Amino acid sequence: MNNSNGAGPVPVFEVCGVTYRYRDVTALDHLDLTVNAGRRAVLLGANGSGKSTLLRILNGLAFADEGTVRFCGKLLTEDAFENDGFGMEFRRRVGLVFQNPDVQLFSPTVFDEVAFGPLQLRLRVDEVRRRVSETLEMMEITHLKDRSPHHLSMGEKKRVALASVLVLDPEILLLDEPTSALDPKSASRMIDFLVRARGGAKTIVTTTHDLDIVEDVADDCFVFHEGRIVAEGPPAQILGDTALLKSTGLLHSHLHVHKSGEVHAHSHLHRHEH
Amino acid sequence: MPRDTRKGGRGFLERTTAGFVDAMEHAFYAEQPARADGLLQHMDARVKLVGILALIVSAAAAQRLSVIAALFVVTVALAALSRVPFSLLLKRVWIAVLLFTGVIAFPAPFVTPGEVVFQLPGFGWKVTAQGLVSAGYLVLRVETAATLCVLLVLTTPWNHVLKALRVLRVPAVLVTVLGMTYRYLFLLLQNAHDMFESRRSRMVGELNGRERRKLAAASAGVLLSKTFDLSSDVYLAMQSRGYRGEVPLLDDFRARSLDWAMLAGFAAVSVAALWWGR
Repeated sequence: MNNSNGAGPVPVFEVCGVTYRYRDVTALDHLDLTVNAGRRAVLLGANGSGKSTLLRILNGLAFADEGTVRFCGKLLTEDAFENDGFGMEFRRRVGLVFQNPDVQLFSPTVFDEVAFGPLQLRLRVDEVRRRVSETLEMMEITHLKDRSPHHLSMGEKKRVALASVLVLDPEILLLDEPTSALDPKSASRMIDFLVRARGGAKTIVTTTHDLDIVEDVADDCFVFHEGRIVAEGPPAQILGDTALLKSTGLLHSHLHVHKSGEVHAHSHLHRHEH
Repeated sequence: MPRDTRKGGRGFLERTTAGFVDAMEHAFYAEQPARADGLLQHMDARVKLVGILALIVSAAAAQRLSVIAALFVVTVALAALSRVPFSLLLKRVWIAVLLFTGVIAFPAPFVTPGEVVFQLPGFGWKVTAQGLVSAGYLVLRVETAATLCVLLVLTTPWNHVLKALRVLRVPAVLVTVLGMTYRYLFLLLQNAHDMFESRRSRMVGELNGRERRKLAAASAGVLLSKTFDLSSDVYLAMQSRGYRGEVPLLDDFRARSLDWAMLAGFAAVSVAALWWGR
């Protein structure tokens, strides 16, 4: 998305030289990254490459040991969140969906869960009810509204977790491994949602190591390896670089059985029928 | 016989955890009567909570056995009108309470002075009428109160019970903590159960007592660590959606004419029991 005056892309997040450590382990190592408004950015990387840590930093839940993070030009610091006005505004504009939906679903019922965010933002009760009902309908989970989250399937939990963030109508959506641990049908629903967001008003940052979904859900790709970004570019360019994908642990050779019955090891992207 | 079905092959902790998981699953299915089409199920949870508490207080305060017995009859009638199976109450409450309070009340007929009604053959212990009445008070009071509590839980989804607690001015934070405890207890127990299962699937042969204790301690440590991580992540997830220490709750209860009538009924029975039971 460009400036209204056509001056160029508008940065939403500007990450400059960010380092983050968990005790002795460096999760992010002098990382630089810019996410522009209206774009769907995908952070690609193997497990433990630092993607989820970056999402938490972008959501103001963790703060860098070194370097700076700016949100729409404003520095994201603990002090900034001490200001209630900024904190509320930021939470309204930026939503994070966690990889493990169980950490996000803590209310007694699905309806209460989806209502948690709007209530925290002090919206009027009738407005909260309207928004929750609309979001449940949009995510096709109205039938679950009185259910307790711990009795839902993983796919249902993920949809409820996404609904609990979408109800705030955030401009920026951060998704941590949205298709992990989902069966093909549930994963497909999630991908449909991300595909529909193409060219929309939302900026979406998704972490994944699932190469199959990248072309569908990304405008820009950032490849993570050991806490650094080692490559960035459009999906076609990144997915076409087999050497890069192999060196970052995103692609590997393994045995395949072909129709002829021949068994051998080679690497390729898996494609699924839709 | 597969190894995992052998009770002897499982440690105490493992059996206990499996028992808890079963109990939790049972707790879920126990909510089925809450969805039945009965009197208490149709009532506003706030009215039900206040009304049942009033009946429990009356049963505890009544000084006449006949009044407590009448309250027990009212309770049984409520269960019948709410389509709660008597077999469920018998297994869950009546027998359990009888056994538990029976042990406590057992000495009363023998040690309470009064009119001897009969003598225990063989032992020569004298049973007094006053002692029997004292034991009757204890057992009937506890049976009535426990039945009322179980009726409340059986006919009300847990989340409605929590919300109704707000009527009694229980702080929102406490209600939220209760709700989250219930929610995550399932998850952590399932985690513990899965840990034991996965460990057992990789074990060959029996462990001796020392090894079992060592493994149990290690598992407890891992679970504690997981619990800590989970609680940190849950807090972050709450923060991410704007949590700043306050928990506004949606109150979607609507009291109808039936609820007001039932509230009046509960009040009338409680006042009458307190009056006649003086």
